[in-house]
Amino acid sequence: MENKKTVLVIGAGPAGISAAKSLANDNISVTVLEKEDTFGGNINNWAKLFPNFKDAGEVKSSLIQNFVNNQNIKIVYNKKVTELKKHNQKWIANTSDGEVFESDAAILSTGFKVFDAQYKEELGYGIYPNVITSVEFEKMYKNGKILTVQGSVPKKIAFLNCVGSRDEKVGNHYCSRICCIAAVKQAIEFKELYPQSEAFIFYMDIRMAGQFYEELYRKSQEKHGVVYIRGRISETSSTIDKKVQIKAEDTLAATPLRMTVDMLVLMIGVEASKSTTILSKQNNIDGPYGFAKSKDIHTADNYSNENGLFLAGSCKRPLTLTETIADGKSAAISVVEYLKQTK
Amino acid sequence: MEEFTKKYWKDYQKEIADDNFYYERSCIRQSFFPGSEAAFLKILRDILGKNIIDDPNQHTCTGIGYHSDIVPFDTTMTVVARIFSLMKDHGVNNFIPSCVTSFGIFNEVVETWNHSPEEYEKTKLFLKQATGRDFEIPQNISHASDIIYKYRKELKEKMPYRLVNRNTGKPLRVVEHIGCHYSKLFAKKSEGGMEFPKVLVGMIEEWGGEVIDYPERRHCCGFGFRQYLVMANRGYSVANTKKKFESMQPYKPDFIVANCPGCTMFMDRWQYTIAEMEGKTYDDNKMGIPVLTYEEMAGLLLGFNPWDLGLQLHQVQVEPLLDKIGIPYDPKDKYVGKSGNFLGEPEKPENLVTVYGK
Amino acid sequence: MKNWGFKIPDSRTLDLDKEDLKLYNKIVEKVPSARRCIMCGMCSATCSAANHTNFNFRLVHHKFRMGMFESLASELDKCMLCGKCRMLCPRGVNTRAVIYNMRIILDNMYYKNI
Ligand code: SF4
Ligand code: SF4
Ligand code: SF4
Repeated sequence: MENKKTVLVIGAGPAGISAAKSLANDNISVTVLEKEDTFGGNINNWAKLFPNFKDAGEVKSSLIQNFVNNQNIKIVYNKKVTELKKHNQKWIANTSDGEVFESDAAILSTGFKVFDAQYKEELGYGIYPNVITSVEFEKMYKNGKILTVQGSVPKKIAFLNCVGSRDEKVGNHYCSRICCIAAVKQAIEFKELYPQSEAFIFYMDIRMAGQFYEELYRKSQEKHGVVYIRGRISETSSTIDKKVQIKAEDTLAATPLRMTVDMLVLMIGVEASKSTTILSKQNNIDGPYGFAKSKDIHTADNYSNENGLFLAGSCKRPLTLTETIADGKSAAISVVEYLKQTK
Repeated sequence: MEEFTKKYWKDYQKEIADDNFYYERSCIRQSFFPGSEAAFLKILRDILGKNIIDDPNQHTCTGIGYHSDIVPFDTTMTVVARIFSLMKDHGVNNFIPSCVTSFGIFNEVVETWNHSPEEYEKTKLFLKQATGRDFEIPQNISHASDIIYKYRKELKEKMPYRLVNRNTGKPLRVVEHIGCHYSKLFAKKSEGGMEFPKVLVGMIEEWGGEVIDYPERRHCCGFGFRQYLVMANRGYSVANTKKKFESMQPYKPDFIVANCPGCTMFMDRWQYTIAEMEGKTYDDNKMGIPVLTYEEMAGLLLGFNPWDLGLQLHQVQVEPLLDKIGIPYDPKDKYVGKSGNFLGEPEKPENLVTVYGK
Repeated sequence: MKNWGFKIPDSRTLDLDKEDLKLYNKIVEKVPSARRCIMCGMCSATCSAANHTNFNFRLVHHKFRMGMFESLASELDKCMLCGKCRMLCPRGVNTRAVIYNMRIILDNMYYKNI
């Protein structure tokens, strides 16, 4: 009987799930190590997905078909990998509770974490309760209502793009790629819930680089009357009735502006997750900003410089869900190529 | 609000020295708030028992000249070096500027030396050539308000009064204003960071008051050096302060406290200017909102005589505040000098009420 | 009142709480395509009037939208309604109709008493 090859997948987010399924399909025995007590990763934070408002739960359900009850896939929850190293052509993962896993190859699919908005002190997140993050907006939206802490429907809501991205002050020069379209999506969702309210998006550039994104942007203007103001918010403060006063510049008119909104949503950016940074550092495959670095972004994007260690999804850089799922599959193909070469 | 600020504020806790200080006075405070620096020295020496040098040989840091493009930076560095050399003469190495502009200057110069050793060498040479002196960089530079902040708990124990309205039992509502150069040049050199410095908040809350978080809290007082030096530009400076007054007015503050000579002066004096130019005041009695320095605030609570603290030299009169706290004062002593002679009363403005009618 | 030879200038901050953003809705009712503008400046780049005056349709439109009405009425007088801008606009904004409708509102606001 042939000896079945084994692969460790670290992280059961969309990339890990999609990679594991493809490998299992190739009759490879996969062990998925997930640090949380459930799968799905960041997809669990979304209510509906851009650009088509598809229910995130539905997408997750179809994603996990043939994942949970697959005889070639073993999912182990609450396993945080603290060390990943190569030893005698085998990949060894040590977990925080002292367990050891071994395999012929490993896939890093440790994903991203969202930027901690508290670092942008001037925006008052954590101080003024009506300043919330885009992740919190999703949660509220999942529950069907967007309400201020006072419990009222916001008459005016503002979204601020690029929080924690494109900002030297927090050490992130890069664009997170998903927040522009997420702001457009959330502004539309808000206007659909509360057509009488007003929605403003503060932006530097509107980056709509995906299919149907630009169309959605156009629709948000035309159909929903979302107002786009080009300028970054420099300061928030509380008014006497506990609304949020914001200051920015209307850069298209070269005029400083001030306005009061009932709620401010910070479109927080994408950063490398802790595990991504730690595990890629251990294997000398760490790239800028703590993300993992692929062997070649054009031709070997799922390979790392470490033989047998593969990269899938947003542990490499900010990716959309669509790209992440595809990248998981692509990583699986690379692993199969590799396992064939190593007999 | 508090829970979070506390957490994040940990990142901005700086080291504040605890004894053997060299005190660098402010150029302008002694004429505008003449009791403040004396009160600071008294608090440090008599109440906290610290060793602090008040050197008659000290001189300007060039701050106002530097920020008005009159004094070049090389000169500023050399002048600062001379002050440090005076400190060396006294054998202490913890430096306390009284002025926030100076605090900014000293930090800027020291940072420059740290980043560009060649500038440091140049300054050493300049000072040697000009005065034959040597200097050392202080071990610690803390603003005078940092020191009071550090000892706010100890001082509280010695205070017979609290920032509480004696008639209502409620905390006094205080506007705090931090000088820009305290935290905006080097956030790490401040207590609490650039956006929400804790240095005055810490004192006010410790001593029983309530801090008002009004929308323009973080806006500059309008001092701006060049902007007020040239008479024709002053409107620009006043406009900034006015913006703050308008923003804080609905909160009905009992008083304003600032940690910078410029801010304190302008927030006090511009109330007169605005009242005389536009007839506007920002309290209910047309008397204006009293503006204190943090030493005056501490001194009052410690039971110092308000007239010894020099409060009669403020533009906005403070008696209503004294009555709220319950601090006794003798109106007859208000304009009596140290010699015991009557000094004469200041002229009365047209619009701003300066006589407290009982 | 005293005069020391200086004035206290008013804030030039655009206060979106005060400005009447609702007026723009009147334009939008008549010209729904106005909302699609992305401020690309193609209209003002090609504008016949902009070649010889400091007229900038994009900016006038934007200022109107943000409630900065001052001086817009006389600005719009510079437009020759030639329609060149409309031929180019990548978002299909009916620029001439925007100009026309802004004029109606602004004329009523500013020229009423002349
Ligand atoms: S996607 Fe948009 S909001 Fe996000 S970082 Fe890029 S430009 Fe900013
Ligand atoms: S060309 Fe069209 S989209 Fe571009 S600024 Fe002019 S009106 Fe707006
Ligand atoms: S219609 Fe007016 S704005 Fe448009 S191109 Fe002609 S002159 Fe310019």
